Amino acid sequence: MSALRLGTVLLTGFLLGCTIYGCSPVRPAKAASLKPDTERHAAPDFALKDADGKTVRLSDYKGKVVLLDFWATYCGPCKIEIPWFMDFERKHKDQGFAVLGIDMDDEGWDAVKPFVADVGINYRVVVGNDSTADKFGGIEALPTTFLIDRDGKIADVHVGLTSKGEFENAIEQLLQARPHGGGIMEGAARPAGGSGGVSLPAELVGAR
Amino acid sequence: MWAQGKQYLSAEASQKLVAKRGASAEAKIAVSIQPGFHVNSNHPSDDYLIPLSLKWESGGALESDGPTVFPKPQLEKYEFSDKPLSVFTGDFDLLAKFKVPAAASQGPGIMLGKLRYQACNTNSCFPPKTVEVRLSYQIQ
Repeated sequence: MSALRLGTVLLTGFLLGCTIYGCSPVRPAKAASLKPDTERHAAPDFALKDADGKTVRLSDYKGKVVLLDFWATYCGPCKIEIPWFMDFERKHKDQGFAVLGIDMDDEGWDAVKPFVADVGINYRVVVGNDSTADKFGGIEALPTTFLIDRDGKIADVHVGLTSKGEFENAIEQLLQARPHGGGIMEGAARPAGGSGGVSLPAELVGAR
Repeated sequence: MWAQGKQYLSAEASQKLVAKRGASAEAKIAVSIQPGFHVNSNHPSDDYLIPLSLKWESGGALESDGPTVFPKPQLEKYEFSDKPLSVFTGDFDLLAKFKVPAAASQGPGIMLGKLRYQACNTNSCFPPKTVEVRLSYQIQ
């Protein structure tokens, strides 16, 4: 095989890969690994303030597919994912989808507002706290991202940097699914088992 | 905000500090970062990143005397960053500088320091944490 032909083959393969998986700087997409409906548990509700001081409850989003992202401004991997989430918000918001970012910076809005302005984040961001993190199983690593179905149940969780394609596949599956009823846990009680029904890695559960 | 929980770094004074009244003294602080993790250096590559910092509580016979001396950081490229980041990994020493007032009491004591850091691995970051550093000293 000539060098030119080999180059053409490699370039074609690369472009095909980009078409399928997106040219993300990180790992290729895996098939979405959504929990079966019967194994999903209600996402715990919370009430947090957005940048305008308005109270945001997860239960406000019932009926929508929600990508709930725990992040912080000091978190490099989070900054890779945020532009993807902005894309998802743009692409799917009219289909009953929303991204909600929960920032976990100690400095709260003093850290978050400049960052949100710098990056031009187009989805809603709230500032979280220990209590919020505890409800979701004690978030230790950032980013930790939950995908919540239209019934308000946790369908998937990703701890650490994931691929854009994997999120995209999961979101599309969730958008296509019909709601069944049930939903987000009202009130502030921590779900039985302490992890919100989410299978977090063992080292993260009870690590704090 | 975050509970301290799991630590990714440990730090301790390498040996007891023996110093004379009215003199300067230096203490080596041995830092060890768990394999697979890194912490931002004292001068991170990005304004949003949290630097490694060591602060000593006041009180006792020693007074902090100038900034802590950090080793030269490593510039490491990670999957999640476009540019290399200024970080520390593995084991290294910090050098803390003190002066002993001429009127200081002779005898033993303990200085307490707080080493604040923020760790990441290759695909996750962890909330900023603080470890306590205990420095035993003897004033002569």
